[in-house]
Amino acid sequence: MNQPLRRIESTLVFLPAENIDTDQICPARFLTTTSRNGFAQALFADWRFNQEGEPRPEFPLNRKEAIGARILVAGRNFGCGSSREHAVWALRDNGIQAVIAPSLADIFKRNALKNGVVPVTVDDASHAALIAFEKSRIVAVVDLERLSVAWPGGEARFAIEPFERHCLLEGVDELGFLLGQDAAIAAYEKIDPRD
Amino acid sequence: MSTLRTLLDKVWDAHLVSQATVDTPATVYIDFHLIHEVTSPQAFSLLRERGLKVRRPDRTLATMDHATPTNFERVGDRVVIRDAAAAAQISALEENCRAAGITLYGLDSDRQGIVHVIGPELGVTHPGRSIVCGDSHTSTHGAFGALALGIGTSEVGHVLATQCLLLEKPKRMAVTFNGSLSRGVTAKDLILGLIAKIGAGGAVGHVIEYRGTTIASLSMEERMTLCNMAVEAGGRTGMIAPDETTFEYLKGRPFAPQGTAWDEAVERWRLLRTDDGAVYDKEVTFDASALEPMVTYGTSPGMGVSIGGTVPAANGDESITKALRYMNLQPGDALRGRPIEVVFIGSCTNARISDLRLAASVFKGRRVSPGVKALVVPGSQAVKRQAEAEGLDRIFKDAGAEWREAGCSMCLAMNGDRLAPGQYSVSTSNRNFEGRQGQGGRTFLASPLTAAASAIEGRIADAREYIS
Ligand code: SF4
Repeated sequence: MNQPLRRIESTLVFLPAENIDTDQICPARFLTTTSRNGFAQALFADWRFNQEGEPRPEFPLNRKEAIGARILVAGRNFGCGSSREHAVWALRDNGIQAVIAPSLADIFKRNALKNGVVPVTVDDASHAALIAFEKSRIVAVVDLERLSVAWPGGEARFAIEPFERHCLLEGVDELGFLLGQDAAIAAYEKIDPRD
Repeated sequence: MSTLRTLLDKVWDAHLVSQATVDTPATVYIDFHLIHEVTSPQAFSLLRERGLKVRRPDRTLATMDHATPTNFERVGDRVVIRDAAAAAQISALEENCRAAGITLYGLDSDRQGIVHVIGPELGVTHPGRSIVCGDSHTSTHGAFGALALGIGTSEVGHVLATQCLLLEKPKRMAVTFNGSLSRGVTAKDLILGLIAKIGAGGAVGHVIEYRGTTIASLSMEERMTLCNMAVEAGGRTGMIAPDETTFEYLKGRPFAPQGTAWDEAVERWRLLRTDDGAVYDKEVTFDASALEPMVTYGTSPGMGVSIGGTVPAANGDESITKALRYMNLQPGDALRGRPIEVVFIGSCTNARISDLRLAASVFKGRRVSPGVKALVVPGSQAVKRQAEAEGLDRIFKDAGAEWREAGCSMCLAMNGDRLAPGQYSVSTSNRNFEGRQGQGGRTFLASPLTAAASAIEGRIADAREYIS
């Protein structure tokens, strides 16, 4: 179960490169685990830390402005590649609750929704307006009730399927809904011929 | 509303347990679920936490491939896993499958292998089926006209518990390949060529249906290579309408229908094609006859050029600048002739028997360049047996390449096979992401022919000089 989520008001952290893949978000060597927790150190490990394991000061997540940021502004096709949900767990374990990008990879988006991380797809102009603040420290608001993201001097709308939004707002998960369809599933399973 | 339907529409419609409403997504039945050791343990624990059972163990099949080593150490007939974390994942899978009554082809099974290689070869992958797996390259199974989706671990849990997924219907995209491939040009080059054209995000939100005269003449194994990498173009999955090639491949396989059930199935499967005049949301055509062998230069599968080509200028594209810095390449550099240290022939993209035959045709009677480590890793135990029956293993070993057990191996760096920082590889796998094959490792993606020729020369090579 996730925490109910209505409004995320936070400073921003920026990773505007396109096609950032889940191998970067959570490298494969962190996947040899049977747990859903403990991915804080895995997040962008090869970009965040040098070979000695020390933080690289220039990496956006290591800058002091990034401390406490709960909203990530990313580039096009963020989260492409492997279906590993571990990538979302690593973001979540670092306090990230929303990712704003011009597009997000399909499986990543689905995984994010399951873990109370809001995928926010905005138009190119709004994205550019946000990126313009890369070097400054601003506070933005992702509002799930209004389906809007607002920043000093600007606002954009975004879309989330009504059911996904309901699940985020209430902190409920999809599995309960699926389990409630047991009779319909059983009826479907009787269809002949079933392959 | 038009009654003309695409292949995707037909398979989608047949699996609706309940239609989407204004407030809720569609509930889609999953005919078959493949699981492996890395993305399933957390899903089983989710079920345990909520007191749920696996609904259809009979529609679930497990193997181990990702974290398993490919240089087995055996004590008696037991395979010993030295890495404690990998060993824990493997025993969790064994225990979860035993408790739920799920068939598991583990390391001691002659049916073990990469999940997307064994599904088709066992005949589990049927046209028109909905198939999922906690792995993005599940798209491979779309080569049979299945709707095959990669899912995350939460959804693995949903399918274990309910045999269903809540889905929004993806959009339809047609990619039409026309013309025949030239000598030395493979399905791998075809898909790298497509992704170079449409980009790594070119198919986001869509299911790609591959069609056209080129597709009709491809073997099932080549079609699997194409569908495998649909996800590298951002596609939800790839699909190809089943035809005689599909039926011939499936007939007689262990999990294919038998006898009259087979005839009935084929009759149903013949209907799985896009109606003439049905509309796609997006269409792309591609002339396959002009294509040359492809190789990637960057850190996204879309960054590819012909083997004789050069690294392009970034022209202000941050992701190319960043990729070239990582790869230590300059715009204008020739790809052909770049020195490499490692060659990996394997993965669910290119580790089936036809891929190994191609590689062997180049290795035969030649030697791997001194200083190059060449790894040939069959996609499954069955592929391994077949290759050994044909004497391919001898060709690889005589050439100085290593011949391994089945698994994902150096496709992803989590089982002991990996690049050292800074090393360059030519790899037949599907991802050239930063660090994918090992922290700091640099990957050139290419076909098995190109990979084998590059192993011989110790640099990126054009295999067309080695084949008749
Ligand atoms: S071979 Fe590579 S891409 Fe295929 S399933 Fe294994 S890790 Fe994934």
